[in-house]
Amino acid sequence: MDFAAIIVLEILYMIAFLALISAGLAIVFGMMRVINLAHGEFVMLGGYATIAAAKAGINIYFAMLVISPIVVGLIGLVVERLIVRFLYGRMIDVMLATWGLSLLLIGLVTLIFGNTAVSVPAPIPGYQIGHYQMGGYNLFVIAVAVVLMCGMWFALRYTRVGLVARGTMQGREIVAALGYNPNTIYMLTFTVGAALSGLAGGVMAPLTGLLPSAGGAYIAKAFITVITGGAAVIAGTLSTAALLGAVDQLVSFASTPVVGEIAMLGLALILLRLMPQGVTGQFFRNST
Amino acid sequence: MAISRRTLLNVAGATALTAGLPLRRAAADGPIVLGAIQDNSGVLDIYGKPMVLATAMAVEELNAAGGLIGRKIELKQYDSQSDIALYTKYAQQLVRDDKVDVAHAGITSASREAIRQTFRRANKLYFYNVLYEGGVCDRNCFVTGTTPAQAVEPIVDYAMKKWGNKVYVLAADYNYGQITAKWVAHYVEERKGAVLQTNFFPLDVSDFASTIAKIQDAAPNFIVAALVGGAHLSFFRQWAASGMNKKIPLTSTTFGVGNEHQALSAAEGDGILIAGNYSPELDTPANKNFLAAWQKRYGNSNVVHELAVSQYQGIMLWAEAVRTAGSVDRDAVIKALETGLKIEGPAGTVAVDPKTHHCALDIHLMVVKDQKLTIIDTAKQRPPSDTAQYCDLIKNPDDNKQYEVKI
Repeated sequence: MDFAAIIVLEILYMIAFLALISAGLAIVFGMMRVINLAHGEFVMLGGYATIAAAKAGINIYFAMLVISPIVVGLIGLVVERLIVRFLYGRMIDVMLATWGLSLLLIGLVTLIFGNTAVSVPAPIPGYQIGHYQMGGYNLFVIAVAVVLMCGMWFALRYTRVGLVARGTMQGREIVAALGYNPNTIYMLTFTVGAALSGLAGGVMAPLTGLLPSAGGAYIAKAFITVITGGAAVIAGTLSTAALLGAVDQLVSFASTPVVGEIAMLGLALILLRLMPQGVTGQFFRNST
Repeated sequence: MAISRRTLLNVAGATALTAGLPLRRAAADGPIVLGAIQDNSGVLDIYGKPMVLATAMAVEELNAAGGLIGRKIELKQYDSQSDIALYTKYAQQLVRDDKVDVAHAGITSASREAIRQTFRRANKLYFYNVLYEGGVCDRNCFVTGTTPAQAVEPIVDYAMKKWGNKVYVLAADYNYGQITAKWVAHYVEERKGAVLQTNFFPLDVSDFASTIAKIQDAAPNFIVAALVGGAHLSFFRQWAASGMNKKIPLTSTTFGVGNEHQALSAAEGDGILIAGNYSPELDTPANKNFLAAWQKRYGNSNVVHELAVSQYQGIMLWAEAVRTAGSVDRDAVIKALETGLKIEGPAGTVAVDPKTHHCALDIHLMVVKDQKLTIIDTAKQRPPSDTAQYCDLIKNPDDNKQYEVKI
C-alpha cells in the first residue's frame, strides 16, 4: 500500500517534470511554430542562474522562482530581437539558427563556469510514507508544475493578453487590423516562453548536478511531449506528460530507469503513428 | 665494375644505416618522453583534473632531481574530455608522433580497454594508475590501482559482520560496474550472504527516485554503490534528501576517489563506508611531504585524491624501474619491475607483483565524517589475489586477456 503511494507520487513527479520542461517550448513551438533547438540550453541557463545566485547568498526559492525566469527571459528577448524575428515562418532557417545558438550558449557557459558539474543541495528534507522515505523536494516540483499550468491556462483563456496572443498566432493581419502590433506580441510571447524554460531549469537545479551540456537531456523530452501533445498548448502538454510520465515511471519501477526511458520513447512513436496531429488533434479539440 | 642490383641495394642500405646512426644517437640523448591521457574536462573531470596535476608534479620533481639516467623527461599530456574516441586518437598520437617511452593513461575501464592494445601493439610500456574491476593480464601493462580483492572484499567483510547479510548493489553500466558487481556477489556469497538485487545505470543517469523506493522495498541490510562520475553523485544527494542515509547503511567502492565527500555536505555524506589505498588524513612523513609539495605548487591540496596519488606513485614506480634497469628500453624496464620492485609513496609501500603486474598496496577501511575520510582499519600490503587466481605472466608472458569471476 505504501509502495503504491510512492509509485503514484513518483508518477506525479515525472508528469510535473515533463510539464515543467515542456511549458516554455509549448509556447514557442506550439503557439509560434518556432522550432527552438536552443530550448534545452534555456533550461540549462535557468539552472546556472539559480546555482550562481544561490552561491552568491541569495535565498534559493527567490533564485529559482524569480531570478532564473527573469535572466533567461531577458536572454530570450535578446535572441528574439537579434535572430528569431527575422526568421518567423522559415522553419528550416530558424532551426539552423537556434541550433547554432545552442552550441554558442554551451560554449559560453563552459567558458564562464567550466566544464564541471555544479550543484546546490535540495532545500527540503525527506518525508515519510509508511516505512518509506522519499525526497521532499519532489513534492515542491509537483506544486510548482500545478501552479504554472493553472496560471498558464487562466492567462491564455481568460485574460485580454492571452486572447490577443492566441489571436495573433491564428491571424496576425486581423490582430494588426484591430490595432495591435503583431511584432511586439511575437516578441513578448517568445520572451515568456524563454522565461518559463528558465523557471524549469531553476526548479530542477537542486535535483541533479548541472553541466554546460545538460540541455541535451531536456530538449528531446520537451520536444516529444510538445509534438505528441498537438495543437492545444495546455491540454496537449498535460495529456502527453501524463501518458509518457506514467509509462516511464511504471516501467522504471518494474525494471530500470533505462528501460523506462525506452518505453516512453516507444509510446511516443506509437502515439504519433496513430495520431499524426498529436493527442489534441484527436481529443480535447476545442481546449486551450 | 658493373654494379649489380644487389650491390647497389647493399651500398644504399649501408649508407642509409650509417646516415641513420647519428639521428638515433641524438634521439637516445634527447629527453625521455612520458605520455599521459586523462579526462581534464567533462563528466569525469572530478577524477581527471587532480591526476593531471599529479602527473605534472611527478615529472617536475624527477626533472628537478636531474632527470632519469642522465636524461630529462618530457611530458606529453592530452585532455580526452571524457570522450572515449579521443582516447583512441591521442593514444595513436602518443605512439606515432610523440614516440613515447612510457604512457600513464586512462581513467575509466572503458578508456583503458580502448587504448591498452594500441600500446601493446606498438611495444610501448603502459601504466594504468586507477582502481578498477581487476583481471587485466597483459605483460605490457602495469596497474598501480586497487582491485576488488584489495578494496571490495574488506568492505563486504566489514559491512556483513556489522550490519547483516542482505545486500543491494548499484553499479555503473559499463565494464567496471558490471565486473565489480560480480565480485561483490562473489564475496557476499562466499560469506553466506545474498545479493537481493543489482541495478546498473548508464553514466548520464541522474534521477534515482524510483531506485530509492525500490531499495526500501527490498529492505537490504546495506548497499554497495559502484557508481561513477558527476551525474551519479545525484544518487548520494537524493539518498540523503530522502532521509534514508540515517536508516540503511551505504558503502561504496568509488566514493571519495573523486573527492565526492567534499562535493556533498557533511550531513549528506556522513557515515558512508569505503575502502581504498589512500586518505589525505594518512599520518606518514611521505604523505605529509607529498601534500606540502602539492600545497606549495598548486596552492590547494584539498583536491588530492586516491587516483592522483596512484598516478604519482605509478610514475615514481616506473622511474625507479628505469633507474634500476639503467635504460628506458621496454623489456629492460619490465624485467626491473618484475623483480618485485618497491617504492614508498604517499599511500605507503607499492610493491609490484611479478606474476600479475599489479601491486600489493596498503588498504584502509574508511568512513566519511565531516567531509573527511577517517581511517578505521588498515591492512598492510594486501595482494591483488583476485587477478592472481587467473593470471601468471611469468609462466604465460603472451597472455593478453581480462579475466572475470564466474558466478
